[in-house]
Amino acid sequence: MSSDTSSPKVVGDVEGVSLYDVDNPAPYIEAPRKRTGKTPRSTRGNFEMVAWLFMRLSGIVLVVLVIGHLLIQLVLDGGVSKIGFAFVAGRWASPFWQVWDLLMLWLAMLHGGNGLRTVINDYAERANTRLWLKGLLYTATVFTILLGTLVIFTFDPNIR
Amino acid sequence: MPAGTLYRGREGMWSWVAHRVTGVLIFFFLFVHVLDTALVRVSPEAYDDVVATYKTPIVALLEYGLVAAILFHALNGLRVIAVDFWSKGPRYQKQMLWTVVGIWIVLMVGALYPVLGHAYLELFGK
Repeated sequence: MSSDTSSPKVVGDVEGVSLYDVDNPAPYIEAPRKRTGKTPRSTRGNFEMVAWLFMRLSGIVLVVLVIGHLLIQLVLDGGVSKIGFAFVAGRWASPFWQVWDLLMLWLAMLHGGNGLRTVINDYAERANTRLWLKGLLYTATVFTILLGTLVIFTFDPNIR
Repeated sequence: MPAGTLYRGREGMWSWVAHRVTGVLIFFFLFVHVLDTALVRVSPEAYDDVVATYKTPIVALLEYGLVAAILFHALNGLRVIAVDFWSKGPRYQKQMLWTVVGIWIVLMVGALYPVLGHAYLELFGK
């Protein structure tokens, strides 16, 4: 600490002689992350917020759909013992149960797919591992949703 | 808990761990379940053959585990929603978890006979 207070120096000797003064001001530096003319209009969307909200909304609907599904398949009317092709044909004869199962398929796959996406993001530390795991996840999810949808829409009770 | 970690243990962390584990298990089952149901487009016999394995005692036990995972995930999911959207949710998260566990135990006892009854009869006689 210098005891010389007669000529206060803004820049110490270590930093060198100041290049700027009142007549020759330092160039203005933009505040970090400030939006300027060069910034793209939107640097990131709100996908994560939408995904977060989707998990909660789809979760509430799935509680009803899945617990109803479990009651019908595993509890009521003899439990799992009565399930067979004839039972499926009987239920999918009604558009109500077709819509029920279709909605359950889409919501559950998207809910589970997004859940696994979160898990992969949390535990796969290498960028390449994340890329491959998520590629596999998205492929399996899209395949399963399309297959299930096709099965519900093209179901034929008189296949034999 | 070691220093320098976000993990805090107790109800909050362990319910989060259980939610993850059950969620991943349910997702993998769902994948298999859509595939086995797709067999209705192959032939009634192919579908009935696979569903026959669902009726064996060992798979009945797995079904009971699946019901356990789904019921916990569903009930704890409602708790998560309450924590997020109810102003007093975070304050009562522990009480809500023990409520979830209580309801879960009651439902699991209720599911014993419907899900495992046929396997019990098959194994230990009628």
